[in-house]
Amino acid sequence: MSYDIAIVGAGVNGAMTALTLARGGMKVAIVDRGGICRQASGVNAGTLTMQMTRVALMPFALRAHAMWADARRWLGHDVGVVVCDGLSLAFTQAEEELLSFRAAKRREAGAPIDLISGKRAKEIEPGLPENVRLAGHCVVDGFANAYLTGQAFRAALLEAGVTLIEDRAVTGVERVGSEWRLLCGEESIRTPRVVLAGGVWLEQMAGWFGVRLPIKCLINQVAVTERMAPVMRAVLGVASGLLSMKQYPHGTVVIGGGWQGTGDPVTGPRDIVPANLLGNLRLASYVTPALKRTRIVRAWLGLEAETADALPAVGPLPGASGVFTIGSIHSGYTSGLCIADMFARQLLGQDIPLSLAPFATARLVHKAA
Amino acid sequence: MSTDSIDVCVQGAGPAGMAAAIEAAKLGLRVVVVDDQEKPGGQVYRAPSLPRIADDADARTGDALRAAFAASGATHLAQRLVWGAAHEAEGFRIDLLGPQGLETIHAPRLIAAPGTTERVVPFPGWTLPGVIGLAAATVLLKAEATTPGRRTVVAGRGPLLYAVAAKILKLGGAVAAVVDQAPLSAWASALPLLATNLGLLARGLAWRAQLLRSGVAVLHGEGLAAARGVEAVTSVVTTSGRVFECDAVAVGHGLIPNTELTRLLRAEHHFDRGRGGWVPRRDAMMRTSLPGLYVVGDGGGVAGAAAAVPQGRLGGLAAALDAGRLSLTEHEKQAAPLRAAGDTTFGAAMAAMFALRPEQVAAIPADCVVCRCEDVTRAEIEDAIDQGAGEINQVKAWTRCGMGSCQGRVCGDVVAELVASQVGSRERAGQYTARLPLRPLPMAELTGAFEYADIPIPKPAPL
Repeated sequence: MSYDIAIVGAGVNGAMTALTLARGGMKVAIVDRGGICRQASGVNAGTLTMQMTRVALMPFALRAHAMWADARRWLGHDVGVVVCDGLSLAFTQAEEELLSFRAAKRREAGAPIDLISGKRAKEIEPGLPENVRLAGHCVVDGFANAYLTGQAFRAALLEAGVTLIEDRAVTGVERVGSEWRLLCGEESIRTPRVVLAGGVWLEQMAGWFGVRLPIKCLINQVAVTERMAPVMRAVLGVASGLLSMKQYPHGTVVIGGGWQGTGDPVTGPRDIVPANLLGNLRLASYVTPALKRTRIVRAWLGLEAETADALPAVGPLPGASGVFTIGSIHSGYTSGLCIADMFARQLLGQDIPLSLAPFATARLVHKAA
Repeated sequence: MSTDSIDVCVQGAGPAGMAAAIEAAKLGLRVVVVDDQEKPGGQVYRAPSLPRIADDADARTGDALRAAFAASGATHLAQRLVWGAAHEAEGFRIDLLGPQGLETIHAPRLIAAPGTTERVVPFPGWTLPGVIGLAAATVLLKAEATTPGRRTVVAGRGPLLYAVAAKILKLGGAVAAVVDQAPLSAWASALPLLATNLGLLARGLAWRAQLLRSGVAVLHGEGLAAARGVEAVTSVVTTSGRVFECDAVAVGHGLIPNTELTRLLRAEHHFDRGRGGWVPRRDAMMRTSLPGLYVVGDGGGVAGAAAAVPQGRLGGLAAALDAGRLSLTEHEKQAAPLRAAGDTTFGAAMAAMFALRPEQVAAIPADCVVCRCEDVTRAEIEDAIDQGAGEINQVKAWTRCGMGSCQGRVCGDVVAELVASQVGSRERAGQYTARLPLRPLPMAELTGAFEYADIPIPKPAPL
């Protein structure tokens, strides 16, 4: 089959790119070796916070937050988004200094973060302990039900006329004239343009085109409690960013923060590291002592991509005509929506309000040996 | 505890686990057995809470096995919840929560004897208080000498049906009815196979005769259409419309091998309906696809208690062979006589008779709750499948079924059958990804006492 453009990887970046391109009039195919949004986009902790966002991404994150909050309208389907306050807490002097510095930088970048006293934080979130020294308070915060992302995007993509090919791995690429052929088992996809949206597998995908694009792989642990009566209403974190926690309307508390498990892009996520799970859960129960009354029912791993400078890889892949990448966006679930939308608008020849130039993939590419 | 001091860790102290430990210890291996119960025995040989006279065959066999296990020299770590495990370079890491808090065991070899979970095919009212599993009823009857209610309906499919009903009568309780989904013809056609174990067949027939003598209605080829009640169950109605008043229902539809540990360790599994569902691939020596991991007993495929002991012994022998404590010749000499006993015609016939049938799942009403932890109905599950969820983990993500406290142990088999009916096979429908903790972990016990400064908070992400 022949398409205007083909996207490889059906996570939130690939799916959003495909949706905007299709709505802009292109004939789009999106292919994934698994199900839609079953990797990082479906298993992340769902946090939509500004207090863990990289400063350079803040303008995108703020717009993306508004998009998530309004997803039902423009996406047409629900991703269970809750908009609420966010609190980033400091318990030590060192954390106080870290928080003050980071909150100021993020505030300069546009995030409406106020530094408030521990007493004030406890008024906002009564379940906190007494010894909070300082808190970053942000009214632009919230969370999505990450596991619903695929369900929502799947329906939206089909409605937009996108050809969605799941459970089909791309096994090779060929250049035929001015077109690329993506080989998927017996079938092939013919297209002049290819977008690689492979998350931690972006490095492997760039390799198909003889390009070396190093991507680091973080293996983030997430845990969830049983359903319990309300114990928090804000998204709670700590100054270091090593905790993100919120309670969903159905009562479970999801606990994340980037504590590391084991795994790699080749074998996938492997094992939870108990010591890291314990550290994360101790931090959680320190911040909300009421969690000691519940039980942990499940923990899992998600692979997050990171480039050498921890900024996204968006734009043409040097040395491969008509091939682009999108991904490796730090806390990409929050900001990716906006970055992918703008990337797609740029491909459609539209003007975009923010520049993607600082994230050009070319800066990260090593020529193949 | 580390690999320096352990040759083999056995998970589970039921008949298969105890037999594996006894055999391995006899051959000089240093054995540690971990189990969540206070006393060894597992489900079938569950030890009573209070002293009692061993007055039936199961009790006597269990007591004998417990005595041999106690004398074996194997270390028994009781009241330990196995909540995690990993396959590491040196062997296996086993994560425990016990009376002393968190513990970790490292062992070069692991014999899993995880047993089974009871299958309950949902029907309207199955989540009402007073409706319990046949296995749960067995715990009450064996360990506590207590009946599930004053007047109990015993229903479903499986060998436990008649055992539970007979035991209730023996303890002075009333049985309102036994509702057996298996038609008499199914029993009749299985008879030649069941006759391969005359002792067990005779016991089964005696239970049935006792029920009929006591005037208990025994219905064949019927199921429960619904359990009724407001606060708790007060009656059931059968598929033929008969109504029985009761204050308890003990129901079960066979057994499902517990594979969460072997799945977590990523051993290969295959679907074997006649053995209860997904089971680890294993050879005649009980070795799985993972070097150093063995599976014995019903957790490797339902075969019954009689097969569990020889299977356990085979696992112990294989571990001794792999540890270099037994020559291949000596191993073969000792293992050969156990192989036939480890896979009996009787056990296979029973397991096949109580395997899940697609028509049982087809009969679940659309608005009936299938995942009781998360209140997900059949209609919601089928809606997710219609929307494009082509395997069970995507159904889980889109509906929350299997995300609750039981981690899908109860609903997984039925949900997979619903998916399979749309996508063509159980292999394509898949199985829930195993997630740790394998059982819910109380946060207070897990986190213990600590100071904020002691939490090893990693380096923050870049700004």
